[in-house]
Amino acid sequence: MSAIIKPASERELSELIAAASGPFELIGTASRRNLGRPMQTASTLDLSGFSGVIAYEPEELILEVGAGTRLADIEALLTANRQQLAFEPPDWSALLGASHSGTVGGLVGCNLSGPRRLKAGAARDHMLGLRGVTGRGEIFKAGARVVKNVTGYDLPKLLTGSHGTLAALTSVILKVLPAPDTEETVVLTGLDDESAVSAMSLAMQSACEVSAAAHVPGEATYLRLEGIAPSVAYRRDQLARLLKRPVEIMAETSSAAKWRSIRDGAAFASRSAHPLWRISVTPSQAPLLIRTLRQSLDIRYAFDWAGGLIWLEVPPSADASADTIRAAMSGGHATLIRAPQAVRASVAVFEPQPQALAALSQRVKDSFDPRHILNPGRMYREF
Amino acid sequence: MLTMPIPDTATIERRAAIAADLRNIVPGEGVIEVPSEMRAYETDGLTAYRQLPLVVVLPETTAQVSAILKYAHDNAIKVVPRGAGTSLSGGALPLADGILLGMAKFNRVLDIDYENRCAVVQPGVTNLAITRAVEHRGFYYAPDPSSQIACTIGGNVAENSGGVHCLKYGLTANNVLGIEMVLITGEVIRLGGRHLDSGGYDLLGVMTGSEGLLGVVTEVTVRILQKPETARAVLVGFPSSEDAGKCVADIISAGIIPGGMEMMDRPAIRAAEDFVHADYPLDVEALLIVELDGPQVEVDHLINRVSEIATGNRSMTLRVSTSEEERLLFWAGRKAAFPAVGRISPDYLCMDGTIPRKRLPDVLKGMAELSAHHRLRVANVFHAGDGNLHPLILYDANDPDELERAENFGADILRLCVKVGGVLTGEHGVGIEKRDLMPEMFSEVDLDQQMRVKCAFDTQGLLNPGKVFPVLRRCAELGRMHVRGGQLPFPDIPRF
Repeated sequence: MSAIIKPASERELSELIAAASGPFELIGTASRRNLGRPMQTASTLDLSGFSGVIAYEPEELILEVGAGTRLADIEALLTANRQQLAFEPPDWSALLGASHSGTVGGLVGCNLSGPRRLKAGAARDHMLGLRGVTGRGEIFKAGARVVKNVTGYDLPKLLTGSHGTLAALTSVILKVLPAPDTEETVVLTGLDDESAVSAMSLAMQSACEVSAAAHVPGEATYLRLEGIAPSVAYRRDQLARLLKRPVEIMAETSSAAKWRSIRDGAAFASRSAHPLWRISVTPSQAPLLIRTLRQSLDIRYAFDWAGGLIWLEVPPSADASADTIRAAMSGGHATLIRAPQAVRASVAVFEPQPQALAALSQRVKDSFDPRHILNPGRMYREF
Repeated sequence: MLTMPIPDTATIERRAAIAADLRNIVPGEGVIEVPSEMRAYETDGLTAYRQLPLVVVLPETTAQVSAILKYAHDNAIKVVPRGAGTSLSGGALPLADGILLGMAKFNRVLDIDYENRCAVVQPGVTNLAITRAVEHRGFYYAPDPSSQIACTIGGNVAENSGGVHCLKYGLTANNVLGIEMVLITGEVIRLGGRHLDSGGYDLLGVMTGSEGLLGVVTEVTVRILQKPETARAVLVGFPSSEDAGKCVADIISAGIIPGGMEMMDRPAIRAAEDFVHADYPLDVEALLIVELDGPQVEVDHLINRVSEIATGNRSMTLRVSTSEEERLLFWAGRKAAFPAVGRISPDYLCMDGTIPRKRLPDVLKGMAELSAHHRLRVANVFHAGDGNLHPLILYDANDPDELERAENFGADILRLCVKVGGVLTGEHGVGIEKRDLMPEMFSEVDLDQQMRVKCAFDTQGLLNPGKVFPVLRRCAELGRMHVRGGQLPFPDIPRF
């Protein structure tokens, strides 16, 4: 076990990093520790002390919180004000063997988004600002507490999804939005992958404002509508007419439960020894990719984001079938989100990049953390 | 007046040789070196500043862009990228010792993919042309900067452009899926694509809004959306900006995100009404246009809610559009606000700060005091939903003293925006205009970190130097650990 250090202030964090002679693993509550490449560092920086609401102004649509604030606490606060994080943060605790959904710093660090990503954007689209400490030990800020800002480079986006490799976040400013009054899900059954993706595409091309579109093979195809009740009812009828197929309707409570389960990858939680991938592709290419993979692998899968996101579970193997999967893809990126430590240490967990892009990424890493102190090796072996 | 980096005379003396070298890359009329022909490129939307470039090059292919940048890199020549030159912050202002890289010939729509709801276009395609290419199928491209008829999508990516609909539909950054771009080394990379999110660092996020300092975009993939079924607008007059601001806050607190929500102050209302006769009330202090879009049943419902909220906030006049003509008439005044102000003043400066909305009354009050202090008039239009303020400062450029007063007035307004918790620019970019104000918002450490990101893309600082950052630092020096103690570590570096 490595030594765990829990700084109580930005200043202390800054001094710890500036004086460090070896690398740190950064954690909030360690709920996503199993995401990414495994690391062996002598020290762990526990950032959960940077916790609590700094500013919440519902009518300004902004929330500023300590990066170590629990996601569950934030969601409770927002729900009480009929607001939400529109990118629908997933809870992968069951997938990753954690006891709860973790902190907002971890969520942002991993840029995790749920089904509504399709319509509302990703976590990165809702990041307005941050404070943190770079690998140089410098306290810096970027962005601001307003929803529209182009002053300077958009470092909040860059830091989102950087898996703690650029800076230790101490606080984040997020855009919050009104929660919909109600939701319903239009359910289609009996569709194969191709027709499901076509139906989802048709729905997404309409003015029905579908807020989520998923297909679970052998189960059903789901299209979610959100908003005020009369609008949802109207769009449901429009959608049914457009799809020219019999549909069933899931009312609010069961709809919410279904999308929670899709968001969290609940169907893939039980077989924890099986590697699990999330693959982002051009939606129309998803069925072909699956057909190709089925020729050589015994897979379980589901489509979210109208086909643009594939959850893919493969049989246990030394490389989690990484080469097979990436060879079958044409564009997009595959991320290994669950696999034994030894597998994650040996295969590319994140999509390998062409040489010029990889070199640029490394220069960006060096610009924040030239000594490779922060989460070295978490994303790529080289840094 | 702003100063730019001192031009390198050795480079200027090599102009003919550089032009000849560029002709080897882009043959024929794609290289312009005659001053009279370069005149068209000497300024952008910030017309107070003019500078002829060293030479203009107009490539047509990614391979040519790559070769030009590699040539500039190998020979240490500065490069200023340019789209349509509509930047209001001077982002495309040429340099006397820099190659002006015009992307206007990249004007083709490459692919429209309705199935995956995206369009792949070249960067010189105008913002509006994307919508024009897809509207026969009911689609549109959501960000709509007011210059959309002329501005290019490449420029939109560089500036992260907004528009009146971005509260609900997002800025450019939220609507771009992928780009192909060329680094200053000539290396061509792709970020994103027709799929969602990037596999590594979000370099697409950094590129968007980087104002031409990090690379040159050669292809853009944007998200296209189906047009809302209908749209209606409410026009509300208030006795004070406080009441109007409170109404905006109450609308959002009620869970309503309108398609557009615009505010005008009394001078802007008067100028607009005199110009387009939109039948705006003239006895109000603030006018609010709230547009709701979506299915008819939803719009009707929300119009009623918004009307109730407005009435509860002391509205003096309230009209709901009953036809498409009437809706467009409501907008006509707002959309003509800039030319309307142009009619009542020889020149105007358009500022662009964002503030926390609740501070609007304080900021308007502060602006009135500044107006008296600088002896210049100001009119305000305001993207009220997202707090993005556009004060228009009225001045006469023929009077050098007025230009200076106008610039000082503008700088004071932006300082005020930062002081109340806002920012220097919501959608126009920093460029040269707000460059020297960056320290109002960022510490030296904050700015150094941004410059280090710049160095990761462009080690020699050749792309669009003199923009965004108030102090030029050499990358090698930024690479060292920060020197503490308040002293400027490198006193020999030019500051401007």
